[in-house]
Amino acid sequence: MVATKTQEEQWMVQDQVFRIYNLVCNLPPHAQSVNFEIRRDNHVEYLTKSLKQLGPSFAVLDAKYSLSSSHSSSFYVLAQGRPWLCYWIIHSIAVMGDCIDDKLENDVVEFLNRCQDPNGGYGGGPGQMPHLATTYAAVNTLITVGGDISLSSINRKTMYEFFLRMKDRSGGFRMHDGGEIDVRACYTAISVASVLNILDHRLIENVGDYISSCQTYEGGIAGEPGSEAHGGYTFCGLAAMVLINDVHRLDLPSLINWLVFRQGVECGFQGRTNKLVDGCYSFWQGGTAAIIQRLHMIVNEQLGVSYILEHGSSANSDNCSTDSDCPVGDQVSEVGTSSPVNDICRPEQEGAGISNASHPIELNNTGDNFIRGNVCMKPLFNSMALQQYILLCSQEEAGFRDKPGKHRDHYHTCYVLSGLSICHYNGILQTPPLPRDILGPYSNLLEPVHPLFNIVLDKYHEAREFFARSQ
Amino acid sequence: MSRKIKEESRARVPISQRAEWFDVRPVPQDDGPNPVVPIAYTDEFTETMDYFRAVYLADERSPRALQLTQEAISFNSGNYTVWQFRRVILEALNVDLHEELEFVTGITRGSSKNYQIWHHRRWIAEKLGTDVAGRELVFTKEIFSQDAKNYHAWSHRQWVLQCLGGWEDELAYCDELLEDDIFNNSAWNQRYFVITRSPLLGGLEATKDSEVAYAVKAILAKPENESSWRYLRGLYNNNLSSLSEDPRVASVCADVLKSGSDYVHALNMVLDLLCRCYEPSDELKNSIDAISPDSCSSDSSLAQKVCHILQIVDPMRANYWEWRKSSVPV
Repeated sequence: MVATKTQEEQWMVQDQVFRIYNLVCNLPPHAQSVNFEIRRDNHVEYLTKSLKQLGPSFAVLDAKYSLSSSHSSSFYVLAQGRPWLCYWIIHSIAVMGDCIDDKLENDVVEFLNRCQDPNGGYGGGPGQMPHLATTYAAVNTLITVGGDISLSSINRKTMYEFFLRMKDRSGGFRMHDGGEIDVRACYTAISVASVLNILDHRLIENVGDYISSCQTYEGGIAGEPGSEAHGGYTFCGLAAMVLINDVHRLDLPSLINWLVFRQGVECGFQGRTNKLVDGCYSFWQGGTAAIIQRLHMIVNEQLGVSYILEHGSSANSDNCSTDSDCPVGDQVSEVGTSSPVNDICRPEQEGAGISNASHPIELNNTGDNFIRGNVCMKPLFNSMALQQYILLCSQEEAGFRDKPGKHRDHYHTCYVLSGLSICHYNGILQTPPLPRDILGPYSNLLEPVHPLFNIVLDKYHEAREFFARSQ
Repeated sequence: MSRKIKEESRARVPISQRAEWFDVRPVPQDDGPNPVVPIAYTDEFTETMDYFRAVYLADERSPRALQLTQEAISFNSGNYTVWQFRRVILEALNVDLHEELEFVTGITRGSSKNYQIWHHRRWIAEKLGTDVAGRELVFTKEIFSQDAKNYHAWSHRQWVLQCLGGWEDELAYCDELLEDDIFNNSAWNQRYFVITRSPLLGGLEATKDSEVAYAVKAILAKPENESSWRYLRGLYNNNLSSLSEDPRVASVCADVLKSGSDYVHALNMVLDLLCRCYEPSDELKNSIDAISPDSCSSDSSLAQKVCHILQIVDPMRANYWEWRKSSVPV
């Protein structure tokens, strides 16, 4: 029988990947182990250089980006915009535990400030309209740079106004004035608002409706209602739902089932069913898995409650707070506290939370409480296999790529490294990983990232304290 | 890029030397003294953007400004600021949007994967209304002939169907695409979209029976095809109880298990059935027993047995099957 296009392409990629695995497998031990090392110095050099001057191939950067044909299968969040380049580069360096020098840091802060719109938000370059995606990139960059000058350069008052202007009646957000509405826009707005401590009930109103309506029959989340389930949008949708305490409205067992099937024989993740593997989904799908590992109470409740209801017994509404095998962070103990962690665990309180519009502070604690809780669920995907794909197939001499045969770029370098960090910590951020969690030498170990924001954890904590202080 | 634009850029006269622009002072990009990620723009690109900034800041909604946005877009079709300002000008000048549709079609043929061009297209089509529905369906079809999984194009097509109509042949189109490539998950997704949302078909309830038959046939032809399995499950709205009530579901699982072909998806489905207290037929029980390894303890439940088999035959997801095993309802 004749192979279909999907099969042909799949087999070609599979062959290439297996050839690499065989090749490395047959190397003598020393040569083999070299292949499993992260070429840190090379990566940092490649990234730092780009920050100072983009090579001649970037002469038509914007045009190249808009074509993005070389990224055909990637979730190229929002291609154009220099704040994105700043984020991809600086976050990658930070994930590797390195940083750029003070002078360069100042230049970054100074430059991003020129992209900040007087009426709030950041544009793709100086003088461009503010845009939610570039705003996310700029804010995450400034948080990663850290320090008072960097953090205080963000105008939170106008930012909040910008978000309100972008809010649509449907509950979703527009990317920019007159721009498109989709799940990315929801995530980037909610993520930034949460980390800046300006999230409130006005901003989250109906966002949960919009995102729920984007979960498809496959289990993953699409960019818009009706579209196809997709790794990038699934991450965005899930993370946003956690941050607004609405995650119980998603069908998590189906989402998990869809998600685990995205890891294929090549060992990496694909973005959609029957599409090709791509290194960038190491984060979009791996990060989704890491988030779900912290939602086991809701997952269990979804698995259990419908079961109980079907059999006519009453659902145990105290299921979560009495679930003693799983403490969710030390500050949550009393039944009836209004801590958002409790809200995460007790979906039935969600209605009360929404109607109580005078507690913006609690809403803003969600991201913080989320990572303080214990993780009681084992990793859902095959971390070792993913690390193998990353190190052997995505890694170039310097920089990371989508798959063998493609060229490195900053986008892939960022999301492959972020995905690798997710693998190393297996969802558990408090204690250092064991050597057996790390493929290759232990020196490969990366910094942990906050899975909801994709910001290096230390930097996130610093920013959180800063923004909690300066109301 | 359309041929017209290509020719124009080849014979390009610098804007500063064009008489109609003599009165405008270009505004350079304010990159500051120490820009990061500086881009080595070409001179033409820089000049065009400098003039664009001037008209944008002056909010000049004129024919020449419209022409300028076209040049800027030819350099970078992903610049959302330029597109947005172009829409402002188009409205102000009351331009014939059919021409605009031509223009954006040319751009899309050159680069079909950025958010801006598709957003712009939707904006135009919305203004032109139902007259362009057919045209938009033809256009997206053209895109799919090159790339049958283009995410933006599918979103656009769905929007056209919902807002402008043209549902008549959509199910047949899905048939055609799936005939061509049964693994095309975007086509399966579109099929689901059609049977659940088309005003002509009566919704999922009306189509369910024939669609189950369609999915079962596709599964039996390629049991390794995840798309058709997910589609089948979707027909029950992921409601596992109604899934387990339809004997056709268990039956297709049993058939695949007996056939000896790739049965991971079949077992995935069986597991869901069993977790809903589905009482398996002897046929299904036997076919599971036939593939159970000896290591499987005889006192474990059938659902646990299925997890155990999956852990062995699908090692990539061993963690997941382990977790499923531990959450099998007692």
